[in-house]
Amino acid sequence: MAAITSDNHGLRLAARYAVLVLIAVIFIFPLIFMLMSSLKPDQQLLTDTESLRAFLPVGDISLDNYFAAFRRAPVGLFVFNSVLVTGLTVLLSLVVCSLAAFAFVFVDWRGRELVLTLILATLIVPFETIAIPLLLISANLPWIGLEGVTRGWLNSYQVQIVPFVADGLTIFLFVQYFKDLPGELIEAARVEGASWWQIYRRVVMPLAGPVLATAAILKFLAMYNQYLWPLMVVQQERYRPVMVGLQYFFQLNRAWGEIMAYLSLITVPVLAFYLFLQRAFIASIASTGVKG
Amino acid sequence: MASKFTRSNRVGWSMAGPAAVLMAIFVVLPFIFAIGLSFTNQRLISPNPTQFVGLANYEQLLGVGVLTLEPERDAAGAAVRDDAGALAYPSLRSFTRNNDQYPQYDGMREWFSFDIGENRVFVLGRDIVFLKALINTVIFVLIVAPVQGGLALGLALLINQKLRGINLFRAIYFMPVVVSIVVVSLLWRFIYDGNSGLLNNLLGAATFGAFPRIDWLGNPGTALGSIIAMSIWQAVGFHMVIWLSGLQTISPTLYEAAAIEGASPWQTFRYVTWPGLRNTAVLVLIVITMQAFSLFSQIDVMTGGGPLDSTQTIVFQAVERGYGKQDISGGSTISVVLFVIVLSISFIQRWLTREKT
Repeated sequence: MAAITSDNHGLRLAARYAVLVLIAVIFIFPLIFMLMSSLKPDQQLLTDTESLRAFLPVGDISLDNYFAAFRRAPVGLFVFNSVLVTGLTVLLSLVVCSLAAFAFVFVDWRGRELVLTLILATLIVPFETIAIPLLLISANLPWIGLEGVTRGWLNSYQVQIVPFVADGLTIFLFVQYFKDLPGELIEAARVEGASWWQIYRRVVMPLAGPVLATAAILKFLAMYNQYLWPLMVVQQERYRPVMVGLQYFFQLNRAWGEIMAYLSLITVPVLAFYLFLQRAFIASIASTGVKG
Repeated sequence: MASKFTRSNRVGWSMAGPAAVLMAIFVVLPFIFAIGLSFTNQRLISPNPTQFVGLANYEQLLGVGVLTLEPERDAAGAAVRDDAGALAYPSLRSFTRNNDQYPQYDGMREWFSFDIGENRVFVLGRDIVFLKALINTVIFVLIVAPVQGGLALGLALLINQKLRGINLFRAIYFMPVVVSIVVVSLLWRFIYDGNSGLLNNLLGAATFGAFPRIDWLGNPGTALGSIIAMSIWQAVGFHMVIWLSGLQTISPTLYEAAAIEGASPWQTFRYVTWPGLRNTAVLVLIVITMQAFSLFSQIDVMTGGGPLDSTQTIVFQAVERGYGKQDISGGSTISVVLFVIVLSISFIQRWLTREKT
């Protein structure tokens, strides 16, 4: 083997970076294209695709497409709906699933093993296989609201929230995390006469920061990006989330600028959030890998 | 560990109760419903009462038949040929419509056919669109699972190097994962566009205009492949991270030992890295397979199942029937078929890995 001179060491390093950069370009170019195109008039957007100008903020740059998108569809309402549905589901799921996991790990009760096994078994049921019967069930569920008792959940906020509050993966993540907490802490608290609810609130949850972040991020991504379910259960504009709102822009083959503006609008906040909390995002995906 | 803690049914049930009830109503019940409804003719809204129809939905969905036809012969027994020299066969419709001699073929249509000698073998199906959807989905899974899994491993090995700024690259490779698949699909429609699409422009520039412009999504030969490439692009970062977490569980001392023994990079991978990744490999394959079988959003946004049903998929069909045509029982039947496939595959994968360890 040839001795490694500093020269070819530098060369190798450069080659490694070249590969890394090339792959990075493959992953990032559609997103850059989206952002840049959202700033251009349609005519220029199309001619720019013939050169690298497609990825540069050059020519007639403005926010006109964004204003046009807001005029075409109630974009503000869609964003509000998505934030409301996603936020509430994440919050409720953190409470409901952590409570359940607490009961599974620390409390001994009849039926515990069976219920936990059943919940973990649902992990191999893809949502797509239950979506159709769930549609039928949702269409017939009762709801007690301001107008008294009504039947049928279609076209509402609750139909987008309640079915997703408890899920196998979130419960599993909490169970795994709670199992690794030192059991002596809980025993000590029991000896001092703390109730289970106090232990949950004062002892366990303050230690659950990392798993809360993981579960929240995974739930956030799944909920914000939901498409199939709201597509089926929400026909009224009032309750539409951003991804279904996209349909307002589907047919417009000529208004690409507006489409790009809308896509940027619903994507950039999530990307910014991701870049800001990058480590937590990646750690949360990695922690689903402990399943095996 | 249960004995360590005081027994309390009341506390246990009240804490786990909300989650248990919600999952019973919104996961377990629909699952049981899916199976039950697949034996009925339930519709979302119908004036007629629901009836039990047995296995009729499954027969309608999965019914296939094989019919071998001899060419038409003239009085002397020689096969009749038309002007172009092609053999003439009796019309299929005479077998599949109201033919009392062949009740098993009634209502079937041609799926595909091939020749054996002078005879032509017709493979018939009752529900050709679903059969195409089934095949497309299987093709999608068979390509995406190994390619995406393999590329993700390659990226993970690349990202696992100790280089300055490597975290930036990891962040970029992972980026498409946080973008909604709906957004990604719409973006890639622009990339695949037949006229001003970025892909055509890139290929044209790279070959100085020699490469013909292709309408990637409008062409039955390229549509599914285009969706496969995009799907891999979007999700590969997810599995890169899972591989990466597997890589980091491998003890550094093993690599040191390999280095001392003078192992080549390939030998190091083959005898140190890969054996340490076996569990991760199973997980990655199961997750990709399950995700790939659920293929829906890309189809809905990009092609709507076309052109010529070349991108129909199982879930797209389930939604089109269960929701689009309000045929809840038809959609449920497809759902059950999908679940049986997913379940068998995860059993097979588990069984295969259990044998080896």
